[in-house]
Amino acid sequence: MNLKRPERERASPSDSGSRAAERMSLTEKDKAAVKALWAKISKSADAIGADALSRMLLVYPQTKTYFSHWPDMKAGSEPVKKHGKKIMGGVGLAVSKIDDLTAGLLELSELHAFQLRVDPANFKLLAHCLQVVIANMFPKDFTPEAHVACDKFLANVALSLSEKYR
Amino acid sequence: MKQLGLLVTMQPSVKEKNAAMVEWTEQERSIITNIFGNLDYEDVGSKALSRCLIVYPWTQRYFASFGNLYNAEAIKTNPNIAAHGTKVLHGLDRAVKNMDNIKATYAELSVLHSEKLHVDPDNFKLLADCLTIVIAAKLGSAFSPEIQATFQKFLAVVVSALGRQYH
Repeated sequence: MNLKRPERERASPSDSGSRAAERMSLTEKDKAAVKALWAKISKSADAIGADALSRMLLVYPQTKTYFSHWPDMKAGSEPVKKHGKKIMGGVGLAVSKIDDLTAGLLELSELHAFQLRVDPANFKLLAHCLQVVIANMFPKDFTPEAHVACDKFLANVALSLSEKYR
Repeated sequence: MKQLGLLVTMQPSVKEKNAAMVEWTEQERSIITNIFGNLDYEDVGSKALSRCLIVYPWTQRYFASFGNLYNAEAIKTNPNIAAHGTKVLHGLDRAVKNMDNIKATYAELSVLHSEKLHVDPDNFKLLADCLTIVIAAKLGSAFSPEIQATFQKFLAVVVSALGRQYH
């Protein structure tokens, strides 16, 4: 029986207090990969956000329920562009606070918990669409190695955002 | 007699059974046939499977006999994984050619994945997501939101059919 452990790193000391069941903590390698990817894509952040949001609304129509107050939900519409930009602002903030997401995203966490109350299942849907857009716009940069770090990062962001839910 | 009557009304009528079937518009059919018609099965299949094993490493549990999966580079160059990825894509081809009857088309494969391979059906979704990412990377601006929606609808039907015979 082959008991050889695959090449993996130790997780960084976990961030302040967050002990969610599914958290697969970011290693130093993950953080470096996320920052490297962000450096390449951040100039297109607004476009990425708008595209990802439009895709999410179309591919997962149940997500439209959170935006019934918008006059227009079509791709390229003003509310979608504006909100996509806002979301990417949050992603950029998360990248800058990658060493302690829970502390760094505290305000956003309270917003999502007490005001927005977005069902946390939806974070996965948006994360998927963000990554589809990144792969689509930056195919050479979104390697499997960048993908796994990004997927872990977005999952950790989601967990930190839902920290205050209950 | 009253109980018999109840039994009869509770069976889905032919109309209701057909209503439960997946409906495809002409546009959706042509989107799917177009994507697969222009695909390099070997390239996309191997990329999708190796990406799945790298992004979701627990999926490697099903490939213990495939050789070196020690790191991303090993996975990407593993010929067994590449061959298997191609096999998976050819399996998807069956659904493309039988879009009105995917559930029946995959009944046997579903039993295989459940009874013989013992694959947790959640993994089908993980591979489907990786395949979507690989196609998105490949098609560039052609991978519009509408095309993504159709492609994901197709994969969702496939994933559901593959999990159907689990018990």
